[in-house]
Amino acid sequence: MTGDKSQFKNVDPPLWVAWHQALASIRVRFFRQLITSSGIALGIAFLVSMQTLRAAESDVAKDQARLQWLIGTSLIMCLVGVTNSMLMSVTERFREIGTIKCLGASDGFIVKVFFIEAALLGLVGSAMGAVLGGLLGFGVNAANGLSVPFLTIVPAMLGGVVLGLLLTVVAAIAPAVQAAKMPAAAALRVDI
Amino acid sequence: MNAPSNQEAVVRTVNIVKQYGEGEAAVRALNGVSCEIFGGEYLSIMGPSGSGKSTFFNMIGGLDKPNEGSVFVNSVDIAQLTPRELAFLRCHTIGYIFQTFNLITVRTALENVTLPMLFAGTAPDEAEDRGMKLLDLVGLGHRYHHRPTELSGGQQQRVAIARSLANNPAIILADEPTGNLDLKTGQEIIDLLKRLQSDHGVTIISATHDHKMLDVSDRIFHIRDGQLADIETKAERATAVAH
Repeated sequence: MTGDKSQFKNVDPPLWVAWHQALASIRVRFFRQLITSSGIALGIAFLVSMQTLRAAESDVAKDQARLQWLIGTSLIMCLVGVTNSMLMSVTERFREIGTIKCLGASDGFIVKVFFIEAALLGLVGSAMGAVLGGLLGFGVNAANGLSVPFLTIVPAMLGGVVLGLLLTVVAAIAPAVQAAKMPAAAALRVDI
Repeated sequence: MNAPSNQEAVVRTVNIVKQYGEGEAAVRALNGVSCEIFGGEYLSIMGPSGSGKSTFFNMIGGLDKPNEGSVFVNSVDIAQLTPRELAFLRCHTIGYIFQTFNLITVRTALENVTLPMLFAGTAPDEAEDRGMKLLDLVGLGHRYHHRPTELSGGQQQRVAIARSLANNPAIILADEPTGNLDLKTGQEIIDLLKRLQSDHGVTIISATHDHKMLDVSDRIFHIRDGQLADIETKAERATAVAH
């Protein structure tokens, strides 16, 4: 063999390999992942419940302003909470990423695994959060004698799910890409 | 050097320099190391911690890139490879064994062994067959469905050895493979590596402090202060020990 690079044609493994890796990771770390997705769920629940309350609110301008403020705050809380949960759950696995690189995984494969994992967690977490938040807001409204037709909060709940999903994926992909691009030795050295 | 001239170099380094940090805080972990490692030999790399041993190890394994100089694996300059080609090299040409085993904790022993095969594009059935054969080879065929947390240190290291063999690599890089094991288990791992070298012609490159490991080595590189201070052959070591 003399300096010939044409033999170096790497093919990524089929998608199911990444899918199995992501599922195994969720299954085995079930409680850790449950906490992560609860973090996501709480953020989204807060946001959705605030929006449900607003749907019922009177048209008094003062109340409107106060609710807008609350929704803004809840949005920021949700952003920080979800991002933090996902960042932590990826950075604590840099070593694993380094190891998989040593076994011959391409950078793309690593990102794919984390994408699938984050999307699943994000979907479950934010769906739970949206339902929880919707029910909560509904309950508070009912207790205050305000009745809101259920359909009016559906967009808020759907919005919550989409937002949660997006946040989770972005927050997980950023450190995963960073780790995948690192030299394998550096990823293996990282200790948290 | 002292190696037979009829052997071909699988790894060749030319004047590699690796520096961490910049300016005044810069540390030169490697300061111009040139060497040749031959196909089928059992090579140990020795050196005190901080000598640059691990850095050298990472360089020849394609886990890190040097600041200056080149590393050739099978005559390919690995600095010229794209990340994807480097992944291919790691997948097909080099098997890694670590002091801390580094098995994928969420997968079973068998899945750990077959994962590199799937990266190489092997069909799942074939990968499973070969994975079982490799686990049998290291004496763990009966524990294929156990996860790493359910195995002892020595068993984990044996799974790691089976995994390193997944794609029939030309080189096995072992970073202190016996460092976290007791004497008896360590000896078993050494015997296994030696057997792989003599029966299967695999090149073994191992960083180690373990004297039993040195005894089975064909050559020993001594690294001091970022430089290759000395190369000791088996014959030289035998006479040194005898005196």
